[in-house]
Amino acid sequence: MEITEIQERVSKILAENLSVPEEKVTPEARFQEDLDADSLDLVEAVLALEEEFGVSIPEEEMEGVRTVGQAAQLVASKLEPSTQA
Amino acid sequence: MRRVVVTGIGPVSPVGTGVERFWRALLEGTSGINRIQRFDTSDLPVRIAGEVLEFSPEDWLTPKEVKRTDRAVHFAVAASRLAWRDAGEPSVDPARTGVIISTGIGGLESLLKQHRVLMEKGPDRVSPFMVPMLMPNAAAGQVAMAFGFTGPNTCITTACAAGSHAVGEAFRLIKYGLADACIAGGTEASVLPLTIAGFAQMQALTRNPDPERASRPFDKARNGFVLSEGAGALVLEEAERAVARGVRIYAEVAGYGASADAHHITAPEPEGLGAIQALQACLAEAGEPPEAVDYVNAHGTSTPLNDAAETKAIKKALGDHAYRTPVSSTKSMTGHMLGAAGAIEAGIAALAVAEGVVPPTTNYETPDEDCDLDYVPNESRRVDVRFALSNAFGFGGHNAVVGLRRWSA
Repeated sequence: MEITEIQERVSKILAENLSVPEEKVTPEARFQEDLDADSLDLVEAVLALEEEFGVSIPEEEMEGVRTVGQAAQLVASKLEPSTQA
Repeated sequence: MRRVVVTGIGPVSPVGTGVERFWRALLEGTSGINRIQRFDTSDLPVRIAGEVLEFSPEDWLTPKEVKRTDRAVHFAVAASRLAWRDAGEPSVDPARTGVIISTGIGGLESLLKQHRVLMEKGPDRVSPFMVPMLMPNAAAGQVAMAFGFTGPNTCITTACAAGSHAVGEAFRLIKYGLADACIAGGTEASVLPLTIAGFAQMQALTRNPDPERASRPFDKARNGFVLSEGAGALVLEEAERAVARGVRIYAEVAGYGASADAHHITAPEPEGLGAIQALQACLAEAGEPPEAVDYVNAHGTSTPLNDAAETKAIKKALGDHAYRTPVSSTKSMTGHMLGAAGAIEAGIAALAVAEGVVPPTTNYETPDEDCDLDYVPNESRRVDVRFALSNAFGFGGHNAVVGLRRWSA
């Protein structure tokens, strides 16, 4: 799967899950500052991503993730380790 | 002594949302009971309920809030916003404004949904919002957030008396100077297969399949209550402030009586002793003799036991005057909204005081020798109501009575 496709699907899931317009969910968008997501929102968003992509994202791996792009990278790394940034 | 008045009423109910629609429906004897729409009832012993249909939580909460809160919270926020608007959106000191939103059960639909996730997908898939969605106090917290009120904030869970306790305790907060205004109410969103099954197993629900005729308080053929959902909220204010801003005052909250049956966890004490104690305590606080009671909005669930015991209690508390007092159960139209009932019915008693008309007990056809009062059968009635009582009795043996009096400085 191409990273752009992953990014698109991640953005769509996050927009739906965080109840924000899809155009706001850019790769640069920061969860807390730009998308008004608190820690519980993030846990639920990760659940939705895990469901969508059939991957497992341990809590500790989300620790440094601040932006949508970072989340998409993390998902990509789970799908195909070679695409890891 | 500080006095307390009702300046806003916000009903979200099976017979209508908003005070005008709600009140008109009750005076016209409209039933809010229907065949259950929100889930499949084919396996259930009871297939009717009072559901709040035509309700959009998005009208009252942001899309994100809607997703992260239970239906019980949606109703509570809507009722509170309606009541606040009805009160003319008073300017208040947020630190001196309290919120008491009661419930009988809490966010059961959310709990059940997440339990299914746990069973089917495992613990790693359970929502982090499960706990804040299921907790009974979520509504009181969310209403405080909606308005920014930081005064006393609680949730009282006393089953079917919960809404009445909310009104009574909020009245006391203001009366004793702990707050200047309060939103007081109850909410319930427990029309679900599990609750239908549980209440049916207790033989508490009527098996009458005819939606509009099933809830028949005080009628000889009554055989159980009809489960329903919704919320009711009142705006209570310290009287001088309400008078100063010139807002319409529905009624004064004049007294409140609370007691326990200490008898059985679900059955009422058959002589109505706990209810009598609550009625007498309410009259005492209001400083009114039994003869002053012009109307009683009864708990009147339509179960054989409640309606007989409540009738005995009213007769004991009011003496011979009981036979001259119109007593009606609006649950004949709304069904039993459990933890919301007491709040919505305190609102009905306040409306009766303000409007000089009392809503009927519908489906009243055959008198029962155990229920021999004037139940305002089937037609609303003009009554000059100076002082009214609202009764609520809950599983657990909780009794609460609120007294509402025409405002007079």
